[in-house]
Amino acid sequence: MSDQILSFDEAMEKYDPVLGFEVHVELNTRTKMFSSAPNVFGDEPNTNVNEVDLGLPGVLPVVNKTAVESSIKIGLALGCKIADKSHFARKNYFYPDTPKNFQTSQYDEPIAYDGSIDIELEDGTVFTVAIERAHMEEDAGKLTHMGGATGRIQGAEFSLVDYNRAGVPLVEIVTKPIEGAGRRAPELAKAYVAAIREIVKNLGVSDARMERGNVRCDANVSLRPHGQERFGIRSETKNVNSLRAVEHAVRYEIQRHAAVLDSGEPVVQETRHWHEDTRSTTAGRPKSDADDYRYFPEPDLVPVVASREWVEELRAQLPEPPAERRKRLKEAWGYSDLEFRDVVNAGVLDEIEETIAAGTTAAVARKWWMGEIARRAKLAEVDPADLGVSPQTIVDLNRLIESGKINDKLAREVLDGVLAGEGTPAEVVDKRGLAVVSDDGALLEAIDAALAAQPDVADKIRGGKVQAIGAIVGGVMKATKGQADAGRVRELILERLGV
Amino acid sequence: MSELIKNSAAVLAAKLAAGEVSAVEVTQAHLDRIADVDGDVNAFLHVNTEEALAVAAGVDKSRAAGEQLHALAGVPIAVKDLIVTVGQPTTAGSKILEGWHSPYDATVVKKLRAARMPILGKTNLDEFAMGSSTEHSAFGPTRNPWDLDRIPGGSGGGSAAAVAAFEAPLALGTDTGGSIRQPGAVTGTVGVKPTYGGVSRYGAIAMASSLDQIGPVSRSVLDSALLHEVIGGHDPFDSTSLPDPVGSLVEAAKRGDVKGLRIGVVKELGGEGYQPGVQARFAEALELLRGAGAEIVEVSCPNFEHALGAYYLIMPSEASSNLAKFDGVRYGLRVLPEDGPMTIERVMGATRAAGFGDEVKRRIILGTYALSAGYYDAYYGSAQKVRTLIQRDFDAAFAQADVLISPTAPTTAFKLGEKLDDPLAMYLNDVATIPANMAGVPGLSLPGGLAEEDGLPVGVQLLAPAREDARLYRVGAVLESLLEEKWGGPLLAQAPVLGGSR
Repeated sequence: MSDQILSFDEAMEKYDPVLGFEVHVELNTRTKMFSSAPNVFGDEPNTNVNEVDLGLPGVLPVVNKTAVESSIKIGLALGCKIADKSHFARKNYFYPDTPKNFQTSQYDEPIAYDGSIDIELEDGTVFTVAIERAHMEEDAGKLTHMGGATGRIQGAEFSLVDYNRAGVPLVEIVTKPIEGAGRRAPELAKAYVAAIREIVKNLGVSDARMERGNVRCDANVSLRPHGQERFGIRSETKNVNSLRAVEHAVRYEIQRHAAVLDSGEPVVQETRHWHEDTRSTTAGRPKSDADDYRYFPEPDLVPVVASREWVEELRAQLPEPPAERRKRLKEAWGYSDLEFRDVVNAGVLDEIEETIAAGTTAAVARKWWMGEIARRAKLAEVDPADLGVSPQTIVDLNRLIESGKINDKLAREVLDGVLAGEGTPAEVVDKRGLAVVSDDGALLEAIDAALAAQPDVADKIRGGKVQAIGAIVGGVMKATKGQADAGRVRELILERLGV
Repeated sequence: MSELIKNSAAVLAAKLAAGEVSAVEVTQAHLDRIADVDGDVNAFLHVNTEEALAVAAGVDKSRAAGEQLHALAGVPIAVKDLIVTVGQPTTAGSKILEGWHSPYDATVVKKLRAARMPILGKTNLDEFAMGSSTEHSAFGPTRNPWDLDRIPGGSGGGSAAAVAAFEAPLALGTDTGGSIRQPGAVTGTVGVKPTYGGVSRYGAIAMASSLDQIGPVSRSVLDSALLHEVIGGHDPFDSTSLPDPVGSLVEAAKRGDVKGLRIGVVKELGGEGYQPGVQARFAEALELLRGAGAEIVEVSCPNFEHALGAYYLIMPSEASSNLAKFDGVRYGLRVLPEDGPMTIERVMGATRAAGFGDEVKRRIILGTYALSAGYYDAYYGSAQKVRTLIQRDFDAAFAQADVLISPTAPTTAFKLGEKLDDPLAMYLNDVATIPANMAGVPGLSLPGGLAEEDGLPVGVQLLAPAREDARLYRVGAVLESLLEEKWGGPLLAQAPVLGGSR
């Protein structure tokens, strides 16, 4: 059964959305949060586990100092205060992906709290999002439900559990309620998660790959009639794992809530599951603020002490914040506002920076990343950065073009070869025999043939109508299958005709 | 019966070092004793014959080769079955872990192996260390060597009975509310709960993490000191472990001097509810210490009155969470529901219903309730405040006295089954031992003599400030020698004869 929804415009006419996000960031520490087992993605199930990760009888946790350091860095980058002393607590619930049947997390004394970040939307509008807290916890294992139609636990014949992810360090970043976004709420949602991803990637504390679950977003949405102070009842859409999905899920929930409110029914406080295929959510489990996890201080751990000296030392190590970096790069590269925003929105800032560093100009880097590579990414429905084009490839291609060895059209073919794994651009040119025909003898032969085939055009040119030359150049290019340097062909034709 | 088994660990160590006996002989003598008497006592859940003899043989070989060995190398030891060991099952006295083998050793077990002490086997206990009589073991009760119809105390009744019955010269116990000291008292043995954090808990199956502590069980104060030095010290695998080195405990036990030391009698730990024979032996102990030059002072710890109540909120709260992992998913018992849908919740439920005994269930339910939203502040929260008050009482008392003294338990060993249906009466047995766990301070129990009304052993408890474990050994050794002088030998010499030679 699918839910009724209102159109977005109608929903916006009547209601004011309030958002809230819980973003889980998996840290890229070498080992896990509380054990010395490796923190590695994608290995054989249950190979990166030791007795602590399996919750065997008698084991005790030990806090990973690097994870604490990463958490402090995240807190600082989000403008948070860092607690001198923070505590771990146990969140008790029975579920087989949690080996101890409790999750060790921070509860009422998180390591970082009271921060804020500025989120810039595509048109340059800036929203300030207040951060309530960023706390440390451990990830759960991964369940795969087998034999059912839906892949969910309901109806499954059995479930497999992989504890490789159990105990991977997480930082959960929780916002305060975000009011006043209005119809830009879906856009802000996407921009917020993008900003968090960018920040943690920039800090080097997470691989920040959403498709691997390194950054996972739970999106809270509620609506209230315009003018009402009190918040409406919220839904929490869990594990929305791409930027586009965050935007769509928030938009969908706004539309769904509006329809529920319009019908006079109360919104149910519950978790929702996002479905990419239908671009809609379905009900998960009821969630009330009174969910009883029987939190209590983790007696196996001592408080995490962050001395002022340590915090200041880490603050001094922080890389340039992404927003400041953007300002600097825009000036250095000389792009227009529009050009620069397009580059940012395409998510290729790093790529362009690396390409320039590899030895080309800002204009050339932009031409490639926003042109040919963007076109291909769109066709393949992936982010340009994920297409697999290295900055060096672009530099190589550009050098080949500038040296006249290939032209733009051939360069695209060379790129095909590089992406097909045929080697560097130079190697592809050799293997595929794609070099521009630069042997004047061969070109002159083709020119003579073309002139002979179109004597009238040849006469026009001789008579001073140089603009007619295109027909002859075209003939030569056709004869050489595009592998000629059009400029050189033109020169040779004029020479031949004595013009 | 080989007379070897009557020797203390210190004497065995000396004989081994002098080449008077071999480690294999010593180990075999204890294995023979286990075969002889453990059918009656039931101190052991598992006997580790082959490995123990192999370790002993290795020690003999190394000694013959002139290698430098640890002082206790070749001295055998029994390990409470709450502590995980590679190569032997670890059950925690529960059906839910029956047949489970740990793939890793507890830190203390690693230390025993490093010292090359043969491990004789695993000793019986109340299920998950929950109890004061060892009657809550899923594998039958252990019996008190002084009277086989009586309890050996608990939860570490197996370790205490094994040492009292000369089945082992040394044993490891764990103490959450008195599980080393109270069995020591009722079996006429010595037991020490070290300062919280003084001995690594890594590999001790947790009951209440903030209270649990591993410690030595022996027949003499010096032997406990020797074992304490083996197992103590910082462990990076236990975040609550103290950074301090273990300290010179053996030296303190050998020094044995109480001149000018202030010994505080805790007013609240005595009097009403304490058996006459317990009170009489305690009074004698005070006189002996006074005679040896100690100054006996009275101290008051008014909040100790609330210790038992607070303990029975904190301990079950932590236990309810610590025992959540026993769910049939990854290891141990798995029970499928007999009918109805086969969901994970129902498998977990059926497993826990079948795998846990009544006392464990009682504490899980109590703890779950105490931690629940709406009750947390009233129960767990208040109990933590009481805990702080108890710590303050200790601070104040230790400002007036160098060590504190009390009876270890209010009564001597009661009859098997006597208190099984009265949990509150059972819990009251730990009234004098619980404050030390609540404050993290160290405590030692040593034999104080026999109560005239029943002829059963009475324990005397010494308490010291945190990290001052050495004081316990210093005072304990003096009191022990004065008492043994009076008795004309160790108290256990008066115990009834067990086994085939009975």
